[in-house]
Amino acid sequence: MRRRIAGAISGGWWAALGAVGLPRERWLALPRPARRAVKAAIWVAIALVLVALFGVWKTSALAVAVVVLLLVVPRYENLTIRGVLVGKWITPVAVLGLAIAYPYYLGSMPQVPIFGPFPAMSTMVVMMIFTMMALGLNFVVGYAGLLDLGYVAFYAMGAYMAGWFASSQFANRNVNLGAVGLYPGATGLHFSIWLVLPMAGIATAIVGVIIGLPTLRLRGDYLAIVTLGFGEIMPQIARNGNNLFGFNLTNGTGGITPIDGPGFGNWLDQHLHLPSNYLNAANFDNLFFWTSLVLVLLTIFTSARLRDSRLGRAWVAIREDEVAAAAMGVPLMRTKTWAYATGAFFGGVAGAYYASYKSGAFPDDFFFNISVFILCMVILGGMGNIWGVIFGACFLSYLDREGLANVGAWINGHFHTHIDVPLYEFGIFGVILVVTMLFRPEGLIPSQRRAAELHEGVHDEPLYDVVTE
Amino acid sequence: MSDLLLQTDRLRKEFGGLVAVDDVDFTVPTNAIVSLIGPNGAGKTTFFNMLTGVYKPTEGRVIFAGEDMTSKPPHAFTQRGIGRTFQNIRLFQNMTALENVLVGMHVRLKGNLFEALLRTPRVKREEAEARERARELLEFSGLRRRDDVIGRNLSYGDQRRLEVARALATQPKLLLLDEPTAGMNPQETGDFTKFVGRLREEQQLSVLLIEHDMRVVMEISDRVTVLDYGEKIAEGTPQEIQKNERVIEAYLGAAAVSS
Repeated sequence: MRRRIAGAISGGWWAALGAVGLPRERWLALPRPARRAVKAAIWVAIALVLVALFGVWKTSALAVAVVVLLLVVPRYENLTIRGVLVGKWITPVAVLGLAIAYPYYLGSMPQVPIFGPFPAMSTMVVMMIFTMMALGLNFVVGYAGLLDLGYVAFYAMGAYMAGWFASSQFANRNVNLGAVGLYPGATGLHFSIWLVLPMAGIATAIVGVIIGLPTLRLRGDYLAIVTLGFGEIMPQIARNGNNLFGFNLTNGTGGITPIDGPGFGNWLDQHLHLPSNYLNAANFDNLFFWTSLVLVLLTIFTSARLRDSRLGRAWVAIREDEVAAAAMGVPLMRTKTWAYATGAFFGGVAGAYYASYKSGAFPDDFFFNISVFILCMVILGGMGNIWGVIFGACFLSYLDREGLANVGAWINGHFHTHIDVPLYEFGIFGVILVVTMLFRPEGLIPSQRRAAELHEGVHDEPLYDVVTE
Repeated sequence: MSDLLLQTDRLRKEFGGLVAVDDVDFTVPTNAIVSLIGPNGAGKTTFFNMLTGVYKPTEGRVIFAGEDMTSKPPHAFTQRGIGRTFQNIRLFQNMTALENVLVGMHVRLKGNLFEALLRTPRVKREEAEARERARELLEFSGLRRRDDVIGRNLSYGDQRRLEVARALATQPKLLLLDEPTAGMNPQETGDFTKFVGRLREEQQLSVLLIEHDMRVVMEISDRVTVLDYGEKIAEGTPQEIQKNERVIEAYLGAAAVSS
């Protein structure tokens, strides 16, 4: 991707030089400092144009700095310092730095044509949560090639874990394990959210294994249909779980609310200035954003490490040719179940975190369309590619929260129409998906391997009674 | 019985009403090269698939190295030491040659999910050793400097070689080759025959071969088994098989024998 952009820019660059009477040879014959000075002058000019257009000098300078860093510094990806390859970290670190600082420069960002303002902090939190879920689904769909249409079940499971262990749902049991922001005499189970997140992940992974064991024997379409079923069963249990043999598990359609927020407590607040309770903090959304960024980083770390491991190779092998993988000694059931459990883990953590952010878990949040929504993110961005999935998740959840409304306002403002664009959300996503599949089936930022498979097809003839485990 | 590596006991496979393999008793001695021949549709590949766990037999047993393997999953067969190639090449087409071989090593490596996450010293060492061994295997199989070539981009002969290298990576005691010389020219076929001989000499492997090229079969086999319509119709040394009337009949029709 970067190379293609760089190629287009350098092509334009040589054309422009030729137009002012400096063909390639003559330009390269100039002394290097002179060439650098000309280049720098051009970037300054671009910055000035940006300032003139948008009137915001800080962001223009920042944008130019990033562009210079990413595109003009030659072959920075191969930069080594004392034999250690540091170049490959430059882009990720730059992106991470921009993300961490986002709350500070958001206020001075200009309006983008058509799309309006940059996403607000509350939208950024949701974008990060969906990024985490999409990366989780990527283990199943992108790496192992198993079509899962019921991922929302894991999201729901995580959210209800937060509901059970960090609210007053079970009022006749009083436990407080490091929870923050409780009023005196609060009843119910109140575990610290920092504890609830891994608990939710593990519980969801276990549910993933339980669901996976009977279903993962199936292949292709059949697996998709069964996962679809599980995606419907979980929200139904949530909706009707207010009287399970006389026991109120989920509080039915009312959902579980309020759910405790995260926080580090008073002692850490006094000694290390870590926020004692997110829900009381003035920069509430920023805290949730930075925390979600940490969770996303953990997910990326896991994705990258597992992709390059023995297990990751086995996933890809199953995706490419299940029969050959089995014949080479890859245990199909176990390997697929690991993919399922890993994906479920991150779905659960994201669900619990989201429940804590919204301070509630409601059955109506877990419709089938969420499964499809997350699947769209993975497909649009590029199955199997971490950067692609992140992009797809951020872009689609941004459209969902703000983008479509902004675009709609722009359309109505310019054409004097009264179209409620967000109403057509899933139609628009459908069109995006169809266009993606037609013109770029591997997604916007594909993994190289996946691109080859989708263009050439994989060699996977069904054999009718493959023994699994 | 210790010199019998593989043994089948009245092995049978039915697809609906069709009997693809009909009560076949069959053995492979240790360190032998055995060929399985027969006309198209005789059930050779079905038989192979039962020997590797890809198909469940309808009846009968598969005994490998003294252990009853019937109805075990394919990876258990690989684990015990049966490696195989496929008639129509089934490489992981979008993985590099090296990665293909590394997948073959799956059952011999131990690193689990948590070790991979933490990248423990043990896993790092194991991965480095596996890569080194994979490179050696590629070189041994005649794929020098093909490590990073994507499977689909290899030439046909190299793809066949890579399938063997991948099967060898599972560290088999018995190697099953399903029509390994199909589509090779005489030169390549000759090289391949020598290569199979080397496998037996240098790696102490037993080899079970499905093959249509009779020169290859007669040259390297210790024993030959003939299947026709799922039934075993003959078994013996290459010389015996060449003279066997039922075999000639199966290949050329009854008229060829009577006339």
